[in-house]
Amino acid sequence: MGGSSVCDGTLSLDEFNASARALVTKWRGIDVDALPDWEWRPCRKMGVPSETEGFVALEGVYRTRAGGQIEESSDDSVPDDAVEHDTSVQSSRDNVHLYDFHIVYSFSYKVPVLYFQGLQAGMHISEHYCGYLLPLFSFLIANICNLSLGGQLLTLDEIKKDLPPHSLQLLNKSKWTFITREEHPHLSRPWFTLHPCGTSDWMKLLLHKLGDKDRSLQYLPAWLSVAGQAVGLKIPLKLYCSS
Amino acid sequence: MAAAPRGQEAAAWSEEAARLVWGGAVPLQVHLHDADVTALPPPPPFLTLGPRIGYFPLLVSTIKAHFSSSLPPGVDTVWFEYKGLPLKWYIPIGVLFDLLCADPERPWNLTVHFRGYPADILSPCEGEDSVKWNYNNSLKEAAFIITGNSKNVMNMSQADQLAMWESVRKGDLDSYMNISTKLKLGPFEEDFLVRTSSLEPRQGSDEPESPGSVKPCRVPVRLYVRRVQQDLEDLEDAKPVSDWESVSYINRPFEIRKEGGRSYIALEHALETLLPEFFSSKLTARAADPEPGATTPDSEPDDSGTSPGTPHDEKPASASLQETDVAKKTKLKLVRVQGIELDMDIPFLWVANNLKNPECYLHVCVYVGA
Repeated sequence: MGGSSVCDGTLSLDEFNASARALVTKWRGIDVDALPDWEWRPCRKMGVPSETEGFVALEGVYRTRAGGQIEESSDDSVPDDAVEHDTSVQSSRDNVHLYDFHIVYSFSYKVPVLYFQGLQAGMHISEHYCGYLLPLFSFLIANICNLSLGGQLLTLDEIKKDLPPHSLQLLNKSKWTFITREEHPHLSRPWFTLHPCGTSDWMKLLLHKLGDKDRSLQYLPAWLSVAGQAVGLKIPLKLYCSS
Repeated sequence: MAAAPRGQEAAAWSEEAARLVWGGAVPLQVHLHDADVTALPPPPPFLTLGPRIGYFPLLVSTIKAHFSSSLPPGVDTVWFEYKGLPLKWYIPIGVLFDLLCADPERPWNLTVHFRGYPADILSPCEGEDSVKWNYNNSLKEAAFIITGNSKNVMNMSQADQLAMWESVRKGDLDSYMNISTKLKLGPFEEDFLVRTSSLEPRQGSDEPESPGSVKPCRVPVRLYVRRVQQDLEDLEDAKPVSDWESVSYINRPFEIRKEGGRSYIALEHALETLLPEFFSSKLTARAADPEPGATTPDSEPDDSGTSPGTPHDEKPASASLQETDVAKKTKLKLVRVQGIELDMDIPFLWVANNLKNPECYLHVCVYVGA
């Protein structure tokens, strides 16, 4: 059964679960020092964790803009090849945003859906961070030590400043059908989400070249390469190396 | 051409059902929140009818007009509250009423706030535009569920899109029907011939349909499962919902695969598939009731000739049915759709066809004892 649905760009619940577990394992295996690990979270139904349903979470991704406005920084202030930094952070805490990403299975569209929220990082930025510059989007995703959690939720306007330019354009063009704020299916709270109605179409194209064997396992990494990019979540290339 | 008299009759019933669903309304008594009152004496509550298929933000302009002289100056962020619970504006009014008012309260006493929007609980609402897009996105999702893509909805002309939304906003069933029939999103064939296009061939159909391959039929369903006290006797005594965490929202299509000989699916079967956890508690039920076989079908001989549907020679089936019954008593308390408490034996596809909301979703409120 498995392979047939992936061909049309969709995924069954079982395939989603398998692919999610594969993603969690592979991610842990590669050295992604600037990012936390993906974790499998079982859904709770009436307080009881479900055995078959859950979502994958990557939480506490710190993002600081390399100074000034994102629009102006790509040319001058950021060296393209910068990979790692050891820098003291003296920037005000307003510049540090903390993002949570969840990948949730949509039973309607039979595809993964990305939910995310941003928080204003709390106080105490101390020590240093190992940064990880995004040449393309010119802001930092950094792991910052001793940052306390639980700041204010970012508004759409604040999140916009963290979005890559092409997403910003798209968002301005299609306000209601690209990134919207909707109820997180398992947390019953409003999260930002990438609208999934076109996902199966582009996934069909993306998966076209892959061999049949691992197609469903490779679904999430492939999907993440697009969905992550839309929200500025840079995925390490090693995720796509076979081994 | 299925112009058999029976078909016509069924169509007439369906039309009547749709008229009743579209005409349904909840009497509302809206109070202005104390903190927003800037006039003395405070304004009297506002009485109005909230269409069951409507949404709260669509009532804001009339409600605001009523309270305008008492409101503080500044920017309004309007939201509604019932017994401390902020109401999700993207859930249809009728569904909120069925879910939150265990014992239907008429008029429904609500509080309107013009300040202090609870942004951590409710998605932001920019008035009618938000509701319209929420409706469109839901319709698109329903179309994807039913047909496997959203093309029919995406390819609607601007004029049709607008006219459809206007029809929903105004509760105008006739103009809604004019447009919605073009989308070919139903009805599901209740005799379980699943191919919805079998009556009229799809023009310009781009996917070749191999004869004999019957696609599984997917029905858009949104379930709202509310926990009430296990020992609740009278719905009047249900504790009010204090936060949305105590309501499970399940947005999941019900999938029907062709099984030989099955002529229809009962509502009970559909719910059992969607909510197995409330039906699979047979073990608990058995433990609670040490004598599950106390009333076997054999012990009720006067029942025999009257129920042809349950042949008595199938003892195991009857026994397990009984267990399910016990499980249901301990778990499932009430199933409500469009304000109606439904019989669990009613054909599910009839419910889906006739009690659905305009965005083609069937909203089902389920009360469980926990």
